[in-house]
Amino acid sequence: MLQYLLTFVVLAQPAPAPAGADKPATEQAQPAGDKGKAETAGDKGKAETAGDKGKAETAGNPCDKNAPRPANKPKKTLPPVGARTDLGAGSYWMPPANSDLATHVDSLFIAILAISIFCFVGITIAVVYFAWKYRHRAGHKAQESSSHNDPLEITWTIIPSIICVIIFLVGWKGFVDLNTPPRHAYEITVVAEKWKWSYKYPNGWVDENLHVPVGEPVRLVMRSKDVLHSFWVPSFRVKQDVIPNRYTKIWFEAKTPGVYRQYCAEYCGDRHSFMKSLVVVHPPGGFKHYMEEAEQALLDMPPVELGEYLYAARGCNQCHSTDGTTKTGPSWKGIFGETHQTSAGSVQVDENYIRESILDPTAKVRAGFNPVMPTFKGQLKDEQIDGLITYIKCLK
Amino acid sequence: MATAATSPHSHDTGVHGDPPEPSYLTVKRGFRNWIVTLDHKRIGVMYLIGITTSFLLGGVFALLVRTELFLPGSQLVNEAQYNQLFTLHGAIMVFLVIIPGLPAALGNFSLPIVLGAPDVAFPRLNLFSFYLWCTGAALMLLSLIVNAADTGWTFYTPYSTTTGTAVVPAVAGAFVLGFSSIFTGLNFIVTIHKFKPKGMGWFQMPLNLWGIYSTALLQVLATPVLGITLLLLLVERIGRIGIFDPALGGDPVLFQHFFWFYSHPAVYIMILPAMAVMSDLITTFSHKPIFGYRFIAYSSIGLAALSFLVWGHHMFVSGQSRLASMVFSALTFTVAIPSAIKVFNWVATLYKADITLKTPMLYALSFILLFTIGGLTGVFLGALSVDVHLHDTYFVVAHFHYVMMGSALIAFLGALHYWWPKMFGRMFNERVGQVCAVLVFIGFNTTFLPQFVMGARGMARRYFDYDPEFTIFHQVSTVGAFLMGITLVVSFGNLIYSLFRGKRAPRNPWGGSTLEWQAPSPPPLYNFYAHEQPTLYPIYDYTDLYYDEQEGGWLRRKHKAEAETP
Amino acid sequence: MSGVAHDQSGAEVGPGHSDSPFIQHHFDDGAHQFESGKLGIWLFLGQEVLFFSALFVAYIIYRHNHPEIFEYAHKYLDVKMGAINTGVLILSSLSAAWAVRAAQLNQQRLLIFCLVVTLLCAFGFLGIKYVEYSAKVHHHTLFGKRFAPHEAPDGTEIEQPDGNPGKDAAGKPTAKEPLNTVGGVKAQPVDGSKGPPPGTAPVVPGDPSASKEEPASSQAGVGVLPALEAQKDAGAKIDTEAGARPPPNTGMFFTIYFLMTGLHGVHVLAGVFVFIWLLWRATKGHFGPRYYGPIDFAALYWHLVDLIWIFLFPLLYLIA
Repeated sequence: MLQYLLTFVVLAQPAPAPAGADKPATEQAQPAGDKGKAETAGDKGKAETAGDKGKAETAGNPCDKNAPRPANKPKKTLPPVGARTDLGAGSYWMPPANSDLATHVDSLFIAILAISIFCFVGITIAVVYFAWKYRHRAGHKAQESSSHNDPLEITWTIIPSIICVIIFLVGWKGFVDLNTPPRHAYEITVVAEKWKWSYKYPNGWVDENLHVPVGEPVRLVMRSKDVLHSFWVPSFRVKQDVIPNRYTKIWFEAKTPGVYRQYCAEYCGDRHSFMKSLVVVHPPGGFKHYMEEAEQALLDMPPVELGEYLYAARGCNQCHSTDGTTKTGPSWKGIFGETHQTSAGSVQVDENYIRESILDPTAKVRAGFNPVMPTFKGQLKDEQIDGLITYIKCLK
Repeated sequence: MATAATSPHSHDTGVHGDPPEPSYLTVKRGFRNWIVTLDHKRIGVMYLIGITTSFLLGGVFALLVRTELFLPGSQLVNEAQYNQLFTLHGAIMVFLVIIPGLPAALGNFSLPIVLGAPDVAFPRLNLFSFYLWCTGAALMLLSLIVNAADTGWTFYTPYSTTTGTAVVPAVAGAFVLGFSSIFTGLNFIVTIHKFKPKGMGWFQMPLNLWGIYSTALLQVLATPVLGITLLLLLVERIGRIGIFDPALGGDPVLFQHFFWFYSHPAVYIMILPAMAVMSDLITTFSHKPIFGYRFIAYSSIGLAALSFLVWGHHMFVSGQSRLASMVFSALTFTVAIPSAIKVFNWVATLYKADITLKTPMLYALSFILLFTIGGLTGVFLGALSVDVHLHDTYFVVAHFHYVMMGSALIAFLGALHYWWPKMFGRMFNERVGQVCAVLVFIGFNTTFLPQFVMGARGMARRYFDYDPEFTIFHQVSTVGAFLMGITLVVSFGNLIYSLFRGKRAPRNPWGGSTLEWQAPSPPPLYNFYAHEQPTLYPIYDYTDLYYDEQEGGWLRRKHKAEAETP
Repeated sequence: MSGVAHDQSGAEVGPGHSDSPFIQHHFDDGAHQFESGKLGIWLFLGQEVLFFSALFVAYIIYRHNHPEIFEYAHKYLDVKMGAINTGVLILSSLSAAWAVRAAQLNQQRLLIFCLVVTLLCAFGFLGIKYVEYSAKVHHHTLFGKRFAPHEAPDGTEIEQPDGNPGKDAAGKPTAKEPLNTVGGVKAQPVDGSKGPPPGTAPVVPGDPSASKEEPASSQAGVGVLPALEAQKDAGAKIDTEAGARPPPNTGMFFTIYFLMTGLHGVHVLAGVFVFIWLLWRATKGHFGPRYYGPIDFAALYWHLVDLIWIFLFPLLYLIA
């Protein structure tokens, strides 16, 4: 059961990141074979010694994920996300159409494509044919021909105009539909930041993938925490820029269960191309079940697991490693209890310092690092911060 | 019978006796004389050197980008450097090459001669424009050297106001280049209004000039908006005034409106001279008048005017209102129609013509086909619902490369080959030129056709890394890019080689009917010999033109009569 | 461009008379040069108007979306000074136009006098602007986040935010809000303001979770919106009465003010250099009926500079 949770953590990671970010997860993803003894990360779960410097050992070691649980509270795990189902499916030009809007867009696209190919082939044939037939050769001269021809010119003005008007009207209709969500749509909040997506569900669960029910309209209310981003799901053909200090909205109704790719589609800096997630369309009943599981799992996780989950789900792994590699931020490995030089003097890394660094990251910036960490004030519950503290404590 | 010694223009080249006046290239030699010249031809040549150098630099960045994208993950550079590469590629190509390209380099050279005038209206302003171009280029180079900007050439806020790279020099460079463009446009408008020869009314002007004129109107009226936008960006970045900063009450989307209000007309600054020059080329090498002259003339002005009204089609998903999006989409389709009709007119010109497929004509025919693809793919993007899916994907990248490179740049190359004999008095190797033209066409399509497909399939743009299913498209594209790059280098090499070993050029190697083909190749300082002012013929009238073997070029029948009188 | 040459005042330049030495060789005659220059300067003025246009557009948008900011902040401006500046510029336009006439009529001393008057007016304008700007620096009524006055326009004290340092360099609020604040849900747009910063979409910030049941915990799915949170902190009252805090983001008024008057001032300064050059040439006797183009064109430029100020003055100083 532990593997399920760990596998979920692995699959919920953003797409392939340079070596380092994935280490903790991949370490844990090794098929342990022995359920219940999955401590492959090495520096966790050593029930004895080392561990918490300066902390008295209590009966239940907080670092041991396999500490005995109360009998009536079995551990809750979340089902894994699974592989993408939109690869290899779809037509030559498009990913699989998984919404009504997608079907409309594809029809219009194919219509324009057909007209375009027709026009282009026609013009190419004319150009090539005329270039050959009227090529200069001995004795050949340009023949008299009029330099304008009213009926011809009127025709080739009117017909393209009519075609353009039709294309415009059809495109407009689809656009209005895209922007008109049904009243009863299920609302999920999306927060974009450099460089990850967070999906916040009404029950408080925060996920890094978008879970939606099949066959029901879903409305996303989106905002950015920093620069412009854009939410795009190719299979749904929906896209909308995500702007700081403003809400933008988008809606869709997924037709087929599966796992679909989601991208950021507005350049936002270094890791713009890594800022992607998955849209998990659950079969009927699946979404409700997932939400219940999620809520339960959140409440139920031991702090160290909660911390480990948040480390991945809330994007700490973008800048902090757990294996000693220095990234944009310092590695968490072994820092608990150490004394560091910071912008506000010397500091010992204890619970208070960690909490302050999460809520007010620029207060005491470790020497050698830039004050670029965003604040998580208002975004993490106290229990979640506790979980992160415990997780860091347990990273030897 | 005319002999070599008595061929009408045998004295031009100095082969049979001294030319009456030295050419503009040789009169007053020396770097110092060139750098303070007031001669529009020299200024045009200096622009040409700067622009082709910038093109090669921008091309190197393009090849680095394409090499990096050959496989997912990092091949040559990391993600931060990649972002700098595509930013510099875009900024250099747009601001240093394509926008100034045809007007500043070739328009400067040809405009007064085509009018039969000694120079442009304001020669000192012309030189000043060139100095501004150099300053802008230097500032962009400064950005490149210090810590190249990584914002994309579009400088969207808030990223451009918060990133740590050297945005200020790049933006300042673009600002200065804007004024270079404005003053060039101003100069050309006044020149066309005030220096037309007697007998050349508006509708006897070559279409090349209609293109230059409409472009100049855009340069003067649209570019200042870019100027103020970039100035606001600089002040925002340096002084944190808040106009685009949401935390201070500003609006980052406002930047997009201001930026695209210029940058959409800017793409017409790129294409209008291209279309115009192609009209001239096609009629010359078809040896018959262009079909639909008045329409093409009116459509140049019409496109310039309409181009101001459609900027919002870059922002359908940016957060602007639905009503605005609808209006912009509708107006965008109106812009499509005149362009389509121009294509039909060019094709109709080929009908019952007498076509010689020389290098410039091959570029012109490429232009027609590539512009058709570019324009048609614009229709996809003008349709609102389809654009939602295609926006910010490689479909857009392919579309604009078809119109900016496949059309504007191809036109530039065609025009360069067309006027090369006039500018430098030498013929380039025709066979090499023709082969390169064909290979550029093939390479270009290989590079960009796959990008349409992968864009629609889900490949977003400005991506350093990508999902593996797109790999094959990127690889084909990269191969095409290298083919194109190598061919372009060879074609430039062909032109430069002709400066040393090319056959001396006659006055009219192609059989053109416009005034510049009556000037010596290369022209003297004031474009025509003092005793030999050009004669204005009806526009695009080829009836009296014939090819003369001794001349090695085309002559008007009047000349033949003159040569034969004892 | 007929066979007969003309000078800039239209008189024929017959054989035996020479045109001004300042006619360049590629022009047919003085008239040709003058007409070309005239068209050129009008085109230049056209692009100048467009150069300023974005600022006017920004003014319109921000004032439309946040009229309270403009109504409050414009009172910091001294209408008297603005009016004096308007008069000064109008006078200088008169003297510039008269200078053209003087050149046409070969009244050299009057020409020099008029150019001097124009210059003095320009200096006067810049001097008054300097006084105004320094007052703003002194009162901390500056652009963006540097707007931090201690006094309201009527002189009453403004309460400073308690220990709230306002915004940091990145524009993000640094206020230490309590952990349980749910900004996006609870911080409804303050009365009188139109909600989120002006954008082109009529977005209602509202409560995104309003359509669902109340979240189980206080940290609902929505995080803190910095600007809305700052609005909460900066003072909930948009009350322009005495002692009240300025509306949030009032600095935006001064952003627009300094951009517009600053850019205008740069153009006045450029005009100063042009007129100094003209004055120098006039003292050397370059200008006269055969050649007065530069004076005419510079005067046209100056009229535009004046015209722009005539728009700026009511828009910035005379808001009702």
